[in-house]
Amino acid sequence: MTATAEPEVGRARLRKEDARLITGRTTWTDNVQLTGLLHMAVLRSPMAHARIRGIDVTQAVAMPGVLVVLTGEDLAAEQGSLPCAWPITEDMKAPPAPALAVDQVNFAGEAVAVVIADNAYRAVDALAAIDVDYDELPVVLDMNQALAEDADLVHPDLGTNKSATWVFDSADAGSGGDVEQAIADAEVVLERTFRQQRLIPAFMEPRSVVCDPSNDMFTVTSATQIPHILRWMLSAVLGIAEHKIRVIAPDVGGGFGGKLQVTPEEVLCVLAARRMGRPVKWTESRTESMLCAHHGRDQIQKITLSARRDGTVTGLKVELLADMGAYLRLVTPGIPILGAFMYNAIYKFPSYRFVCTNVFTNKVPTDAYRGAGRPEATFAIERMMDELAAELGVDPMKLRQQNWIKHEEFPFTTVAGLTYDSGNYEAATARALELFGYDALRAEQAERRASKDPVQLGIGISTYTEMCGLAPSRILGALRYAAGGWEHASIRMLPTGKVEVITGTSPHGQGHETVWSQIVADRLGVPFEDVEVLHGDTASSHKGMDSYGSRSLAVGGTALVRAADKVLAKARTLAAHMMECDEGDVDFTAGQFSVRGTGTSRALGDVVLAAHVAHDLPDGMEPGMDADATFDPDNFSYPHGTHLCAAEVDTQTGQVKIRSYVAVDDVGTVVNPLIVDGQVHGGIAQGIAQALFEEAVHDEDGTLTTATLADYLVPSAADLPSFTTARTATPATSNPLGVKGVGEAGTIASTPAVVNGIIDAVRHLGVSDIEMPCTPERVWRAVRGSSDGGSTAPEAAGGLGSIDAQGGQS
Amino acid sequence: MIPAEFDYQCPSSVDEAIRMLADAGEDAKVLAGGQSLIPVLRMRLAAPSVLIDLSALTELTGVRDDGDSLLIGAMTTHYEVQRDHLVHEHARLLFAATNTVADPQVRHRGTFGGSLAHADPAGDLLAPVLALDAVMIIAGPNGRREVPAAEFFVDYFTTALAPDELLLDVRVPKCSGWGAHYEKLNRVAQAWSIVAVAAAVQVSGGAITQARVGLTNMGSTPVRARAVEDALVGQPATPEAINAAAERAAEGTSVGDDYKENLARVLCGRALTSAVTA
Repeated sequence: MTATAEPEVGRARLRKEDARLITGRTTWTDNVQLTGLLHMAVLRSPMAHARIRGIDVTQAVAMPGVLVVLTGEDLAAEQGSLPCAWPITEDMKAPPAPALAVDQVNFAGEAVAVVIADNAYRAVDALAAIDVDYDELPVVLDMNQALAEDADLVHPDLGTNKSATWVFDSADAGSGGDVEQAIADAEVVLERTFRQQRLIPAFMEPRSVVCDPSNDMFTVTSATQIPHILRWMLSAVLGIAEHKIRVIAPDVGGGFGGKLQVTPEEVLCVLAARRMGRPVKWTESRTESMLCAHHGRDQIQKITLSARRDGTVTGLKVELLADMGAYLRLVTPGIPILGAFMYNAIYKFPSYRFVCTNVFTNKVPTDAYRGAGRPEATFAIERMMDELAAELGVDPMKLRQQNWIKHEEFPFTTVAGLTYDSGNYEAATARALELFGYDALRAEQAERRASKDPVQLGIGISTYTEMCGLAPSRILGALRYAAGGWEHASIRMLPTGKVEVITGTSPHGQGHETVWSQIVADRLGVPFEDVEVLHGDTASSHKGMDSYGSRSLAVGGTALVRAADKVLAKARTLAAHMMECDEGDVDFTAGQFSVRGTGTSRALGDVVLAAHVAHDLPDGMEPGMDADATFDPDNFSYPHGTHLCAAEVDTQTGQVKIRSYVAVDDVGTVVNPLIVDGQVHGGIAQGIAQALFEEAVHDEDGTLTTATLADYLVPSAADLPSFTTARTATPATSNPLGVKGVGEAGTIASTPAVVNGIIDAVRHLGVSDIEMPCTPERVWRAVRGSSDGGSTAPEAAGGLGSIDAQGGQS
Repeated sequence: MIPAEFDYQCPSSVDEAIRMLADAGEDAKVLAGGQSLIPVLRMRLAAPSVLIDLSALTELTGVRDDGDSLLIGAMTTHYEVQRDHLVHEHARLLFAATNTVADPQVRHRGTFGGSLAHADPAGDLLAPVLALDAVMIIAGPNGRREVPAAEFFVDYFTTALAPDELLLDVRVPKCSGWGAHYEKLNRVAQAWSIVAVAAAVQVSGGAITQARVGLTNMGSTPVRARAVEDALVGQPATPEAINAAAERAAEGTSVGDDYKENLARVLCGRALTSAVTA
């Protein structure tokens, strides 16, 4: 065992997992092949709201290769109800959520029957032979209409379309003043309404599940972000003893929150495998994924901001409507609540009130999507700061500087009750302004305005912070979330000196294998290559809370450090025993224990071997050198940054071109700069996508008309500028690594930066808002002052158009 | 995504392909580069009983010099069209439009003839072919016939091809020395054009002597902007003349969409401006 020459933490290592991921020569769930494997295909409702009068499967079961066709009625006694782990209020209304609809469908794409066949083609072929008799019900799509007194109801049994109302008020909480008073006393009051359009997570690998019922065990392999939670929930939903379920999340190709779910198809695969006594696989098509996997965002935000004429903000009131879709999935109701603590952002608001109303509609459920509640909050406040600057006629950056928390004021307890541990908004902003060439761009903007250039230039600012590193378990409990937020790690020291690391986090593209290896290599003084990271199998990684909310490094990485420290502590005792000295005289550097002031030393590997063979251990010491640690954070982590976007708006066509984009992020200590850059680049792209390109659109019948990638426009590198990224580093004080989380930062920051840039380019033409996505047509109509600029109709993308929901599985 | 079951046939000559088409009846589909057909099959928006794959018909690939025109084989890929020196020299408008088709992967698989026979009015090659007065050379059980582009495009996804006919070649009259440009507005690189304008002009002694303008996605077929062409011929190649002519770009179209009509005018002005300086 040799020591590493330079520190691993901070090194831009290429990712050790990439070769297998990029070539696809790995265990993607759909690559799993088992003897006797059967295939499942799912028939989906073409109706958004209907009673099921009957389902005739006679023809389908007679088709070649078909073993069985199951309906909701067949499974009613055993399928349970899909879990919702976040009942946000005591009186929250939640409908039963069957995996397979029994007598009513509530969104287009809901599963109504499954075919189990001997190959995937025959399973899909048989779907067309199933005859479902529907009785159409009125469709509820618009949240405001859903809350009207005489509204049609998604779930008549609930008596309302309102699921819950959740309130935070700083006056009640004692964290600030009364916002109504602040508004009444204000010199300036601004009120704006923003729409967070519905988005589709669009992970690269479609969802896939295999359930193998052999060996007296249900082994469920799934393209999921949450193997541990899934195991627990499958047990709860189906009444199968938890120790008889093993969940494997093999290599998983992206999630963005879209695989933070317990899906109907996972439940159905287990039920089908149990019934058939043979393994069953289901893999979705892209259209099926877009139609049925949960969506994100979909909120209407009414924001009232009060301020003094000198620019000092005095109050912020947020009134949200959040579209749940037809059911409450795993954390559906809590997503907008994750934003509740972030609307005040980096600013010193003295009073704050947040009210969120969760609403049922006949659409696919919403749930976690990259940032989950925090991008929406950041968008609203950053748009409002630009609106206030315009109202007061001051520079929008100066207005922000006037109101933000100064670096010397940390730790700072906000009006929402969070304590930001560290940050330096001045430093990140100064760096961003310098890289961007702010003053020169402002000068060019003035020139273009003066010359009435058809292409106008705008500068978009977004400063942000976020609460991530989810999460202190006590806070989750106080928010009525059903689980904890701790994380676990184990280190197994093998007799040859190699190291196995087991993590409870579940990477799906982030690069944990590389980063965890870097941390352990530094901590234990072993070569990077000598570390193997195991994850995503409940049989080897028995404990964990999985990956989401930019938590893996801040929480799971800390557990790893603690486990490594335990290994070293035990090794130090044994080394002292081996070298016949006092433990206090033992130093450890670069993988070597040595007796201070002598030439005597032992390599960690020798100590590990001694522990393994156990021939001569101190009295009472157990053999082996393995260690476990579980870490529950005291606080969230709060990355922050300043993003600047120069947007060119072609006033003749409405097309927006991003000319330059600068992101300066402070994510605390950086373990691997290459991976952080990758996260920032991807995050910015995803946030720009919300600003300019993506929207899940339903027609008046509730059919999703953007159910292919020809209609739902995910941008590629060809549509985006080259980003300029840089960092400042203010280490977190809440964890020993000083890390803050970076998975969601880019997405949170970039959407308002782009929209602020567009508005800034055309504000002098009388435009103060454009609904997202800012399509060429919407921008053109806004510039022309046309009243229909906020149309929510999908534009001609030239795509494939409306997809028959029933055909979505092919 | 899993298509419905179909039979697959791979003819080794045009005659054999025609026979197979005749035998298969109306339920057959011809597979060229597959860039439109394969997604449609996978989503089961079509379920043909027979797929006739033309990939072995090498006689349908390549660009040939045929005196006053070029003959472009229907199975020539977009990538091959882009790289062909005859196209560069004599059909610059086609080169310009082909450069904007989707992305490099699609251009390596997709074919010139396949795109025309698919007849999506948002496709980028239809308007240039129409503007250039190209002629389609078609083979069927009763021999060969020639159909001008203006008659070939009938409606959305509908051409003059009978179910038992094949598009073999496209005859493109040479426009040597003309300026040309294809101006396109789409939302992301792989998306179809919202509107695009194909413009080719011949300028002599500072005056426009001939002009051809075609519009993409301004109707159920590609549209020829005759009013613009007529307004340009004989005019000096100046911004004023070009802008005045471009104002007429939406004349005769019937999309009933003020945004697209605006785009036709704006993009037409830009296409012509680039074309006269190209």
